[in-house]
Amino acid sequence: MADLAYLSIAQAHEALQSGKVTCVELTQYYLDRIKKHDESIGAVLTLCSDTALEAAQKVDEKIQAGKDMGLLEGIPYTAKDMFLTAGVRTTAASKILDAFIPPYSATVIDKLNSAGAILIAKVNQDEFAHGGSTENSAYQITHNPWNTEYVPGGSSGGSAAAVAADFGIFSLGTDTGGSIRQPAAYCGVTGLKPTYGLISRYGVVAMASSFDCIGPITRSAEDAIIVLNTIQGRDVMDSTTIESTANHQPSKDLKIGIVKELTNDNRYSKALQTLDGLGKKNDVVLPGGDMALATYYVLVSSEISSNLERYDGIRYGSRNDSATNLEQTYSLTRAEFLGPEVQRRILTGTYALSSGYYDAYYKKAMQVRTLITQEFAQIFADCDVIVTPTTLEPAFKIGSKSDPVEMYKTDILTVSANLAGVPAISIPAGIDEKTGLPLGLQIIAAQGNDAQVLAVAEAFQKTTEWHKKVEEIIQ
Amino acid sequence: MATLSPKQIEQVARLARIEVSPQKLPEVANEVNSIVSFVDSLQAVDTTGIVVTSQVTGLQDVWREDVVKDCQISRDDLLANAPEVQDGYIKVKKVL
Repeated sequence: MADLAYLSIAQAHEALQSGKVTCVELTQYYLDRIKKHDESIGAVLTLCSDTALEAAQKVDEKIQAGKDMGLLEGIPYTAKDMFLTAGVRTTAASKILDAFIPPYSATVIDKLNSAGAILIAKVNQDEFAHGGSTENSAYQITHNPWNTEYVPGGSSGGSAAAVAADFGIFSLGTDTGGSIRQPAAYCGVTGLKPTYGLISRYGVVAMASSFDCIGPITRSAEDAIIVLNTIQGRDVMDSTTIESTANHQPSKDLKIGIVKELTNDNRYSKALQTLDGLGKKNDVVLPGGDMALATYYVLVSSEISSNLERYDGIRYGSRNDSATNLEQTYSLTRAEFLGPEVQRRILTGTYALSSGYYDAYYKKAMQVRTLITQEFAQIFADCDVIVTPTTLEPAFKIGSKSDPVEMYKTDILTVSANLAGVPAISIPAGIDEKTGLPLGLQIIAAQGNDAQVLAVAEAFQKTTEWHKKVEEIIQ
Repeated sequence: MATLSPKQIEQVARLARIEVSPQKLPEVANEVNSIVSFVDSLQAVDTTGIVVTSQVTGLQDVWREDVVKDCQISRDDLLANAPEVQDGYIKVKKVL
């Protein structure tokens, strides 16, 4: 059997098609890795061994029959527990969905299934994606595979840790304010938040509907492109979806806008040299500045308070049985089964939308959102991409950020892209010498220019090795 | 700077249908206040004459044909996640 550690999609495809490894062996390899290492990582919430091995068996029969295979056929992957998976428990890491078994699957899960990809596990996250460390999961703490004393980031922390620890070749995450890019940066992997609307949200637990994006977490831009091409495009079940952006042509004469947070940080000096070889640089300021985060938290908390009304103990999910009337069923159920951060955000959002405060908070934030979108348009008139660090610092220690607002600030460089609905990717671009942890570089482009961020990321990874460092962390 | 009193938090919690015990009210008020004071910085931005952005796709009026399709999921499967079911219906506590 071939060496299966840290295979790319293309490598796994080639190994399967040429018969170097069977799909059952490949799937078993990841299941064994999870069994061996997840005790120290804590990424997996629900393992899908039986269905995965059954699907792998079918792929093997197809290969033995001499049929040609699609690129994702037989490729094992994991998905954040936000994605509904028919017949497989889906919790969003909340006790209120503790026993929830969805009767249908998200569009993206169906698309990957049709392409032959094999779901091997549902992975951990912050409850309802509210958080930046995966410490807000109602079930377990996930540890960073680079150093288990540190958080993997969040909210898609289980996904990023799973990809870094080689529990599957890629993972699906969701990104409302940085929840794909920040954990990808903390775990030394590649995380793509596409243009808003490019990937269907149907069957994905809603957080803040005008922000929520779905995207792949992979070990390279090359793999991200393959997954994106399979799951993007219009979906009749999600009226906010847009047509595929696969035909967009990246610029041949690349102009790169660089923010001061990057040029002032000498940990990125080698990454900056690499960017010199890719295009012409000029200085820009990340749209929104200090206001982006405040705008984000007003709007997102408001949308959360509305979206999470559905968890009321009536139609599905957990219920508090001590209630004596309907009103109490709602309020006791929500108090008992929603976690503290989820309750805080619902209360903040309810306040921001309440009579007398709506104009001062919600309306004001929607206006600032317009200003931030205009700032992006001005920069993209002169630049093809904006490049920033993904986060100001690498991963922090588990338990070290107990103040909610301090946690919010880890998203300071990522929320702007969600406010404007533009595509952004995080790729590994250095190692912090003090902690030995990876550093992420964020590449942002204009709406619909997903191919541009991917082209820059791919070119960067052709001449750098940081995205391969992850292969050294777990033997 | 806006500061919510425990009484105001109690009112917001009632609107949000989340039971907060009287003992926990001051703590919850503190936490929500720290978030509210953080986002209060927005008040400094001049937004005179700026239109609001409620969505970023630029899409308008997305329609589909109004065609009835059979549901692929059985009634039993749809009800399987309900906390309490009787005669094929979801059962709730008394309303009044």
